[in-house]
Amino acid sequence: MASNSSGDESSRHQTARHRLSVIAGHLQRPTDRNAALLAVDCKAQGSQPNVNTSDRGEGRTVPRRRQEIMKWNGWGYSDSRFLFNKKGQAEFTGNRYRLSGMIIPGLKDWMEGTFGANLQHKTQATPVLNTSAVQPPTLNEAFVEELKSTGIPFSHEAEDRVFRAHGHCLHEIFALREGKIGRVPDMVVWPNCHNDVVKIVELACKHNVCLIPYGGGTSVSSALECPPEETRSIVSLDTSQMNRILWIDEKNLTAHVESGIVGQDLERLLNESGYCTGHEPDSMEFSSLGGWVATRASGMKKNIYGNIEDLVIHIKMVTPRGVIEKSCQGPRMSTGPDIHHFILGSEGTLGVVTEVTIKIRPMPEYQKYGSVVFPNFEQGVACLREVARQRCAPASIRLMDNEQFKFGHALKPQVSSIFTSFLDGLKKFYITKFKGFDPNRLCVATLLFEGPREKVLQHEKQVYDIAAKFGGLAAGEDNGQRGYMLTFVIAYLRDLGMDYYVIGESFETSVPWDRVLDICRNVKARIIRECKDKGVQFPPLSTCRVTQTYDAGACVYFYFAFNYRGLSDPVHVYEQVEHAAREEILANGGSLSHHHGVGKLRKEWMRETVSNVGVGMLKSVKDYVDPNNIFGNRNLL
Amino acid sequence: MANTYRVLDKVHLQDEEEFVDILEDKRHCSDLRFAFRTFSPPPYKGAPACSSAELNQAVLESQYLRYVINEVALEMGSSVEEVRDEACGIMREMSQNLQLRFIRLMGFVVRKVFKRIFSAIYVNMLQQATQECPVILMPNHRSYIDFLVVSYILFNYDIPLPVIAAGIPLAGMTIVGEMLRRSGAFFIRRAIGSDKLYWAVLSEYVRTIVRKGFAPLEFFVEGLRSRTLKSLPPKLGMMNMILEPFFKGEVYDVTLLPISISYDRVLEESLLAHELLGVPKPRESTAGLLKASRVLQENYGCMHVNFGRPLSARRLCEGKINRCQYNLTPRDLPQKPNAEAQACGSWLAHMIVRLQEEGALTSPWSLMACVLLQVPTAALTEEGLLFHQLTERTLWLRKLALDFRAHLNWPEKVPDSDVMSSTVALHRSVVYRKAGRVYLTRNDELEQKHSMEEDMMRTAAALLMLASYRNQCLHVFVRPALLALAMSVTKSTRKDELLTCFCFLQEVFSNEFVFIPGQSSQDFEEACSLLHKCKAVHVGQWEVTNSDTQPEVLSFLQELLKPFIESYQLMFRFLCEERDCVFREKDFLSGVRTLATKLIVSGELHTYEALSSDMQKNVLSSLRRLGAITKITTSQNNEYKVNKSAVRRTGDMLAGRIPPQIVQAAPDARL
Repeated sequence: MASNSSGDESSRHQTARHRLSVIAGHLQRPTDRNAALLAVDCKAQGSQPNVNTSDRGEGRTVPRRRQEIMKWNGWGYSDSRFLFNKKGQAEFTGNRYRLSGMIIPGLKDWMEGTFGANLQHKTQATPVLNTSAVQPPTLNEAFVEELKSTGIPFSHEAEDRVFRAHGHCLHEIFALREGKIGRVPDMVVWPNCHNDVVKIVELACKHNVCLIPYGGGTSVSSALECPPEETRSIVSLDTSQMNRILWIDEKNLTAHVESGIVGQDLERLLNESGYCTGHEPDSMEFSSLGGWVATRASGMKKNIYGNIEDLVIHIKMVTPRGVIEKSCQGPRMSTGPDIHHFILGSEGTLGVVTEVTIKIRPMPEYQKYGSVVFPNFEQGVACLREVARQRCAPASIRLMDNEQFKFGHALKPQVSSIFTSFLDGLKKFYITKFKGFDPNRLCVATLLFEGPREKVLQHEKQVYDIAAKFGGLAAGEDNGQRGYMLTFVIAYLRDLGMDYYVIGESFETSVPWDRVLDICRNVKARIIRECKDKGVQFPPLSTCRVTQTYDAGACVYFYFAFNYRGLSDPVHVYEQVEHAAREEILANGGSLSHHHGVGKLRKEWMRETVSNVGVGMLKSVKDYVDPNNIFGNRNLL
Repeated sequence: MANTYRVLDKVHLQDEEEFVDILEDKRHCSDLRFAFRTFSPPPYKGAPACSSAELNQAVLESQYLRYVINEVALEMGSSVEEVRDEACGIMREMSQNLQLRFIRLMGFVVRKVFKRIFSAIYVNMLQQATQECPVILMPNHRSYIDFLVVSYILFNYDIPLPVIAAGIPLAGMTIVGEMLRRSGAFFIRRAIGSDKLYWAVLSEYVRTIVRKGFAPLEFFVEGLRSRTLKSLPPKLGMMNMILEPFFKGEVYDVTLLPISISYDRVLEESLLAHELLGVPKPRESTAGLLKASRVLQENYGCMHVNFGRPLSARRLCEGKINRCQYNLTPRDLPQKPNAEAQACGSWLAHMIVRLQEEGALTSPWSLMACVLLQVPTAALTEEGLLFHQLTERTLWLRKLALDFRAHLNWPEKVPDSDVMSSTVALHRSVVYRKAGRVYLTRNDELEQKHSMEEDMMRTAAALLMLASYRNQCLHVFVRPALLALAMSVTKSTRKDELLTCFCFLQEVFSNEFVFIPGQSSQDFEEACSLLHKCKAVHVGQWEVTNSDTQPEVLSFLQELLKPFIESYQLMFRFLCEERDCVFREKDFLSGVRTLATKLIVSGELHTYEALSSDMQKNVLSSLRRLGAITKITTSQNNEYKVNKSAVRRTGDMLAGRIPPQIVQAAPDARL
């Protein structure tokens, strides 16, 4: 979305407001806070565990009792969900998102056409958690006693524990919907600051308790699953209450932030001071800074701001051996292997990240969305490759294949005016009839430009010129903006699918440029074949998009979903297909993961990914840092 | 290995599928109308077809070829432009130029010819699967007709026409070469050797066809037209080229379609027999073709084209190849297939040959040839074989063939005697029937007096033709026959000893019969179970013993392989008796021919097959693999060095004088 006013002072303010509404504006606005930023001392809260305090973190999204605002067995906020209303039309509830309260007329037909789903065939999820199904906690009494004396809040209520026993893998959510609960943490602690974490880790070492750090809970790698073989008491260390920006350094453009802050809060608070980090992973509403560091996250606008490893200047992590951090904030160092890279991607196996100094940037003056339609996916990829070659990628550039293009189309909300629908019809006519694009082959790239207005416009022209060389036609800002908006609501859609026997998931990889087309074709074809082989009765949805460009390659996302009616063990079938798809990715020169991480879901491939010696190196670090496996989530290795 | 058998089973299922005579329904409609019918095959993946000029350009501009051109230029010290021009020249010589109007012309001509010479062309048409990946048509190669027949059938069924790999001599024929080119043939030189540039152009050309997938690629995995109508060990060069795009992930899969073409009577039959006897093959020329037009006056019976089940290279290679090996080097750079990839290609190629064999139809004539060859030659030439005896034996053999799961082409609802007599009538070039007896035809209508030598050559030609027709069905019997042979060689009943001997025989005869590498014990098991099925042996856990109920089965099978054993022994003997340890291939061939002729005349040697140059060359290859002879690399004229004791030892093992040992044969990569 572009701000149309010229670049004077008032418009700058307006731009900032616009931006807020785009990135995080779909949230309920917090009550105005003027003085956001001051160093806050860490003060232990009252010694009573389980107090539902809203005394601190005012305006912060995540309360200690997450279940108050979020679903316990699905994605996101409890008040936001897709459903089919009485008229059989799809609708998105709540008022947090642009799509909220709107009717989506095309979705029903799309679901029926794509999956063979039927509104008559519905599976209900277990509405409330049956706490009696949850194993009673195995508590380490000595640990609990000493923890009490520190005054750090904790809980062993079933709801709190179940909430922290899972991420958002399909099998995890599927089990919750069926009311099946496996091994869950025995208690949850909410440290308030770095020192609290130090105390907790010391106690855990002393009493041999297993700690599993928990940030935003958006993992899709089984990283939060409690290892079933773990016999010790498992304590989930929830960082969500460590969510302050401790200071902002405007001279060096850095901010020092506690690791539990979630993306939308970080961005919103910085915006209020005129800054941003520009780190916007699709999960930014819920995922936390510490989680980003621990999984090597990547943001949509990395072309301007960089991925998490480019953004962090300083990390503080508490390990069983003590605290690890660097002594200065030099922008680059030659001091042996970068110790940050032991921490980045350690997935909670070495310790808890507590504080991070991260780069910040002044908020961009101007933002503009865009989209380009290509006659086919091959042309689209060629265009992205050229954009990368010329190193002129916009803040974000994503290329969806034909299936996703259709899917995006199906998610168009009801248009209000006849004029818009007439215009849409005209556009369609122009593209398919006049330009001769095959509607079953064309694909679309969405773009986001950011920066000073002049530069954005110049940049935009450059990119559109390249696109034109590959047969691309500019398709308007609206389409682009809707594409990005959809990334936030798409996760909700899986819950709707599951209501109607459709299960699915996305997974990602990174791959050299020359293999992008091959990997897309082969993995999609493999998914379709595996589904057929495994007895899936309906053709699956198997689609992909290129979401990031690099000098030497790209990040590719695959989406895969199918109607599981007629299968006795759909999750097992799903897992077999996903496994095969990952094998196919690796055989086609793709990486094990671009930014989701390894967790436990993909660790069987670690050895072939990083070689024997590589695994040995990681092991020896683990053995030194955490000899008693206190951080026992068993991710990665 | 389980894979293989699943695939093989499917082929058997196909027996029930109907064959349709594609000449029949069209006989009424005019040839012109046929040629100008609307031909609109479904496009591949909705992509537009790729013209031959586009294809050539894609090849010449490929990263791979540019890289090789630079390399060659550097090695040769010539300029890049020169090498590039040379590559363009190779492309011009090689490339196909598929054009629909020529297909129509060919369709017209071919149909006229086919209708004249064949009574029927039976096809079991593949279901037109929506093709998601490139298709490779892999027919066996028995006759020049093979080139045309597949394209003709696809044209008939509205399926995209293939580009066809052909030998370069065909390109040299005036007009015809160009016509073939325009019907989609591309031409490959015979001896490429180490010509790096040629290899590069060829392999990139083939890979580009596979990658683009706009047309099926047709090639003969056996590499050559089989002169003996027996399957040939596959050539691996093309196979590796077509698999590479799959291994490297450039295509999702490659569909391999084995096609078995069986002829009742092969057009080139006498030409082939004479070629085997050392009469040089006439150079392919248009004039020669016109001369050969007299073949159009004869009847060649029926032709069966059996399209096998499409095979997915991906499925077959599962677990056999680690595709990650291509992750660390750019896929465009030349990279020799590693041992794993080569083994995989070889395995697949052998399996395709096996599937072609299984899909082939065994004709009554082929069974008759087996019977006739077991009759003493003198009986055939002088007093003749009683026709009812021949009928009796052939019918007995038919039952055995069915027991061995042969794919028979025995006309139903026709009395057996009619089948027999019409078959003999069709093959009057080989045998004729007179007064209830069957005699060998020796083209001597003029009743001239011939010299002994000439007489013998005429007999030899007829017998080699007969042998070729026997070869058409050898694959049905070969595994049980090798076991029967092993039983007589070892005189043992112990399974392990028999297996060792069986493997040894497979090794010695691996140029004669095609076996899938690494599958000897399965072959052995198969042999045991087939012999058990027809009650010829008892199979225990450790032993295989003669059963007395069906003695004629074992003796028939042993007799079937006797010409091979005798010929091999003869040549071993020849090599051991030579004074020199170094010999030239040419001298070997003529020397063996002289010796064999002498022994046949003296009555010491009973088979004429030792005269076949094909068998002579096979012996050399076999001995080379066994390490008993070595080729002298520096020599210009194919000189070999013999290790006489090794040859003698091999002969002794074959005769059962010493227990066989399995020699670890060196793998040979053949194009």
